[in-house]
Amino acid sequence: MHRPSEPDTMENATYLDMELLRFTTAGSVDDGKSTLIGRLLYDTKSIFEDQYEAIKATSDKRGEEYVNLALLTDGLRAEREQGITIDVAYRYFATPKRKFIIADTPGHIQYTRNMVTGASTANLAIILIDARKGVIEQTMRHAYIASLLRIPHLAVCINKMDLVDYNRETFESIRKTFSDFATKLDIVDVHFIPISALKGDNVVDRSANTSWYDGPTLLHLLENIHIASDNNMVDARFPVQYVIRPMSTEHHDYRGFAGRMAGGIFKKGDQVTVLPSGFSSSIKSIDVYEGELEETFTPQSVTITLNDEIDISRGDMIVKEDNQPQVSQDIDVMLCWMNEKKLIPGGKYALKHTSKDVRCIVKDVLHKVNINTLEDITDDKTIGLNDIFRARLRTTAPLFFDSYKSNRVTGSLILVDEGTNETVAAGMIV
Amino acid sequence: MNTHSLKHLQELEAESIFVLRELAAQFERPALLFSGGKDSIVVSHLARKAFHPAKIPFPLLHIDTGHNFPETLGYRDWWVNEVLGAKLLVRSVQDTIDQGRVTEEKGINSSRNVLQTTTLLDAIEELKLDCAIGGARRDEEKARAKERFFSHRDDFGQWDPKNQRPELWNIFNGRKNMGEHFRVFPISNWTEMDVWQYILHENIPLPKIYFSHKRLVIERDGVLLYKSEFLVTKPNEIAEERIIRFRTIGDMTCTGAVESTASTLEEIIREVAASRTTERGTRADDKRSDAAMEDRKKAGYF
Repeated sequence: MHRPSEPDTMENATYLDMELLRFTTAGSVDDGKSTLIGRLLYDTKSIFEDQYEAIKATSDKRGEEYVNLALLTDGLRAEREQGITIDVAYRYFATPKRKFIIADTPGHIQYTRNMVTGASTANLAIILIDARKGVIEQTMRHAYIASLLRIPHLAVCINKMDLVDYNRETFESIRKTFSDFATKLDIVDVHFIPISALKGDNVVDRSANTSWYDGPTLLHLLENIHIASDNNMVDARFPVQYVIRPMSTEHHDYRGFAGRMAGGIFKKGDQVTVLPSGFSSSIKSIDVYEGELEETFTPQSVTITLNDEIDISRGDMIVKEDNQPQVSQDIDVMLCWMNEKKLIPGGKYALKHTSKDVRCIVKDVLHKVNINTLEDITDDKTIGLNDIFRARLRTTAPLFFDSYKSNRVTGSLILVDEGTNETVAAGMIV
Repeated sequence: MNTHSLKHLQELEAESIFVLRELAAQFERPALLFSGGKDSIVVSHLARKAFHPAKIPFPLLHIDTGHNFPETLGYRDWWVNEVLGAKLLVRSVQDTIDQGRVTEEKGINSSRNVLQTTTLLDAIEELKLDCAIGGARRDEEKARAKERFFSHRDDFGQWDPKNQRPELWNIFNGRKNMGEHFRVFPISNWTEMDVWQYILHENIPLPKIYFSHKRLVIERDGVLLYKSEFLVTKPNEIAEERIIRFRTIGDMTCTGAVESTASTLEEIIREVAASRTTERGTRADDKRSDAAMEDRKKAGYF
């Protein structure tokens, strides 16, 4: 049996050279999601003996016949007692090629809220389909959310192939149904893999049972999929997060603008415009602790100094003179409602967008989306937990933004209830 | 090969620096909880980078159990005062005991680990902190896998894991009412291996007890505990000298050692990579029950 290289051959050079891939797993109850994650962790030797012993003991105590790998991801007492997953759990594993962060989201309770949360930072989504059941409503829901959140890559795993005798026609038929549906969505890169998470077929090791399949195993795909172009490298955006003023004799006049590149590339000397003031200047230096950089790109955290003294504070944005974002107080967004308390039509909410805090009014709910059929609902505009809808917002001050489609950082926002301070909605600017 | 891409440690560093700057901007009175362990050392190192060339704009707070390894305290004073040039605050569990706020545990497995929570919450109230920065990582323990970067605490300092705010993209919601505070965990996404590799790469000095040395220990339930003056032992537990090192640093009475000859960072990394148990597997405090960490966290633990 093939095993990934022993961890102790992971020398420093290799370790420092690894990329990070964040992925999310979506699945319905009983489609083998926990088993698949358990399989990935187990086969890449990412489960430790004490963890394994602990879940084995719990499985034994409950009289379960096999070691329940789902217990690895169910961290809270209530989850273990009820055998359900309540919240997004983050898991980590590494192979000599890449480091992985899994956002494991539950399939049932508050599915939309949790899936959206997990999807917001993911480069890739694994969608699981039970080969016996084919594409069901939940599959479409997961695919829709993946496309709404613009996860760049999808790995559609057709699971439990062992239960359909590794039948090629079953696989092809599911692939076709999904592909037909996906044409309605905005999904760029889809891969289909026939697997059995339980038996291990095509998860880490290539399976002899699917000789008709010539694509990669799931792990091979996760290790090799091209992610370097997932960030927007064209439109330079630098939301100012914090102003650094050392107030020391050594750095008496230093005024640095700290933040994380939200798009594109800046070079020393670039002509820039500062929003909202509109003042122009040029980049004097790009500073990090180790010294100066000649250029910086997304998603680096740096400190920028300018050649002119301009009043700049948190919430401002440094952009290039010849490439500016949209600036407006009227914003169309797709919102996902995440709170038990319903949306108040015309209500005021706090809005957070990059490093900027404003208030807004939800002026109009344009339509809700039926996420099982993708049809617009226009006759019912009551918005509650897990609803996805398009709305028009009016903000108290202009936002500097791009469409979510072109930039996931400058195109995303959240709404906060001003009474409870809870995050009530996630928004993607249209 | 695209030159405009970050390797995973660089990306984790950029994310952590982003979180540190975000909390400095969103909160009025943050403090970094500093134990002298490798995780809080890494967080303080990242804080130094985040605000350079200015000094770290918040104090470091050590909750002193009184059962610290002397090496940790020496390191603490040197690192915070000499290297970082930051402000150090110390609040001690002994004072909390003397004030009658908590009662010392008795018996074989007694430890001041749980008592620290009261001292910490008292310190947060006394210093009017609205944000306590911690070095916890999601890979450490199953309750921590569900933790947010910005984790809300009510006015009793409690965590409500079933009612956490969703955390989307890199937008952090630190809004709160009077009396409430946040715990913020900048290295949430790091693993034990990431921390060790980063320490090596950045050449960060560590307390000596992380490296192999001779020490008088007793073995209890498979855990090697330092036979300090504070450890209560059973009559049949015989202390013996072993070649050990510590994988985590906490209270002397409940931090287990591992037998090891690793005396350099490279050797430690090789050992961590080959290890078949998690680092918290050496922590007696986590072994109390399946939900030991969850219960302590709900009450306001680190």
